[in-house]
Amino acid sequence: MAIFLTKESKVLVQGMTGGEGRKHTRRMLAAGTDVVGGVNPRKAGGTVDFELPGGANGSAGEPISLPVFGSVHEGVAATGADVTVVFVPPPFAKAAVHEAVDAGTGLVVVITEGIPVHDSVAFTSYARTRGTRVIGPNCPGLITPGQSDAGIIPADIARPGRVGLVSKSGTLTYQLMHELADIGFSTCVGIGGDPVIGTTHIDCLAAFQDDPETELVVLIGEIGGDAEERAAAYIRGHVTKPVVGYVAGFTAPEGRTMGHAGAIVSGSTGTARAKQAALEAAGVRVGVTPSETAALVREALGERPGG
Amino acid sequence: MDLYEHQARELFERHGIPVPRAEVTDSPREAREIARRLGGRAVVKAQVKTGGRGKAGGVKLAPDPAAAESTARQMLGADIRGHRVGTVMLAEPVDVEREFYVSYVLDRAAGGFLAIASAEGGTEIEETAATRPEAVARIPVDPARGVTSAVAAHIASAAGLPARTADVLIRLWQVLVREDALLVEVNPLVRTRDGRVLALDGKVTLDDNARFRQSRWGAEPREHTDPLEAEAAARGLTYVKLDGEVGVIGNGAGLVMSTLDVIAGRGARPADFLDIGGGASARTMADALFVVLADPAVKSVLVNVFGGITACDTVAEGILGALDAVHLTKPLVVRLDGNNAEAGRALLDRHAHPLIEQATTMDAAAHRAAELARAA
Repeated sequence: MAIFLTKESKVLVQGMTGGEGRKHTRRMLAAGTDVVGGVNPRKAGGTVDFELPGGANGSAGEPISLPVFGSVHEGVAATGADVTVVFVPPPFAKAAVHEAVDAGTGLVVVITEGIPVHDSVAFTSYARTRGTRVIGPNCPGLITPGQSDAGIIPADIARPGRVGLVSKSGTLTYQLMHELADIGFSTCVGIGGDPVIGTTHIDCLAAFQDDPETELVVLIGEIGGDAEERAAAYIRGHVTKPVVGYVAGFTAPEGRTMGHAGAIVSGSTGTARAKQAALEAAGVRVGVTPSETAALVREALGERPGG
Repeated sequence: MDLYEHQARELFERHGIPVPRAEVTDSPREAREIARRLGGRAVVKAQVKTGGRGKAGGVKLAPDPAAAESTARQMLGADIRGHRVGTVMLAEPVDVEREFYVSYVLDRAAGGFLAIASAEGGTEIEETAATRPEAVARIPVDPARGVTSAVAAHIASAAGLPARTADVLIRLWQVLVREDALLVEVNPLVRTRDGRVLALDGKVTLDDNARFRQSRWGAEPREHTDPLEAEAAARGLTYVKLDGEVGVIGNGAGLVMSTLDVIAGRGARPADFLDIGGGASARTMADALFVVLADPAVKSVLVNVFGGITACDTVAEGILGALDAVHLTKPLVVRLDGNNAEAGRALLDRHAHPLIEQATTMDAAAHRAAELARAA
């Protein structure tokens, strides 16, 4: 079943005709994602061809030709798409998300990095009022291994399995997926490290708790903000499945302070140690390194070390 | 990007928030002239981006222009909580009757902005917020609606502020939105004995991501006190100098932070944080190595790359390319995994440099780099 994304998901790519969009659309197709088209008002009516990697015998892959629509609305009407992945540059990202929300897509995955926070505040709150889930911005997206990949997470790292993963950090997501490749994942969600994001650790914990295919959740955090502390409070009250945590940044230099207001808002220091303590108080076992975290997962699942 | 007090004051003034008369300078002689223009007496305020400035001697009242000059001379170049004073601001002294606190700040948890206001402003505001939360009003602002006069009146009354501060609250919101700020804080906002409302001191943090539409900001300020940090910034790298002996290069902030932790766990200290980012080129990798090796404190270097988008063979090419420009005298431990890892490892193997060794896991790599640093 997985969360948020399955093989039934039909994906439109906003910004498919740009360099990054094209590169990652090809990778998504290769991962088995049902990409049904792209959106670019200036190239509406055209198509983009993708050569996919060939089979094991070295034969050329089958070329796939995807339509380019003038708007998300048109794309949804023509294909029944229910997911969009956004690669458009920062100045246009807010309008792109609003367009996807207005077209009624259920999930908008915003890969774009460098979006002004006021724009993120505007589109995440707009999406919330309309019942659309936004993942990101500035995130690697999400993958349900063996079914669908929406974003830029390398599909070849992990097999389908019973661990759910939620992370602020892209490369740490890959590292943990790699360490636990043999056990496999239900869904891995990179929620992004920006100050304002559409989907939080808590949203993912809630979804994994309800997902029958997820037996255990790995939660990866890093210094700054108090998202991990809030996740810990949520776990205490709502999550019965085992959760294994990892927090990066014990050795990192102290970040800048945001006047008095930052501390007044959260009341948290945002340090790795504070996050670790909060998670452990909620019964989450926290690894000190990625490999120790992976070992804790194996132990909790009753696997032999290195199994 | 955090602004200096005098820059925040300027923004406030531009948006119609009343502020005391003031000028900024880096010259003691000019400080004397400014004090004269202000009427003789002046408050001399060191311009540093850190809290606790007053307690550290960074705010002083000069009774006359000569005192303003000597105070400015003392402050300029001095160190306040680790920050060198480059400029001072001289402001007209204000006869304060009451101090308030107002700010708009990003509330990450709610994904929006929060108005924070209190009738008990001043330097103890954080303590007040912690010990008597009821003295501090926190009101979420609907981003679609903003701070209208009704919203401002509500904030003022919830915090027990005089009704006339509502105008400041509205204008402060305009500063936040129009200037793409993440934080605007006035502390203290004061009522003077002659009945004026003035923003006496302020903090503003601007959103670096909005630079493309804020033409007035100009070029990104370079404020790297460390020459290596300046060098790295010039090469477009995210580099933070630390005080250890194991140089660290990796891809992705999370993985690099994690690498620092793993090294610390092996009893060594990281010498830096360097993130080559996603999809790095060979050139980026070579630049990274150049910067890290230029740090004389570095005794060994750990390159930890998990290729998602980044191709490991490109990283290997970058390492080998750097060897043409830099004479390698310190051992290098390389861990490549993920995208094109085998090609990258093979490339390094073929080159077989005596000071470069490879590790297959992050832990083993950190262990070896720490060991080499200790042996050096």
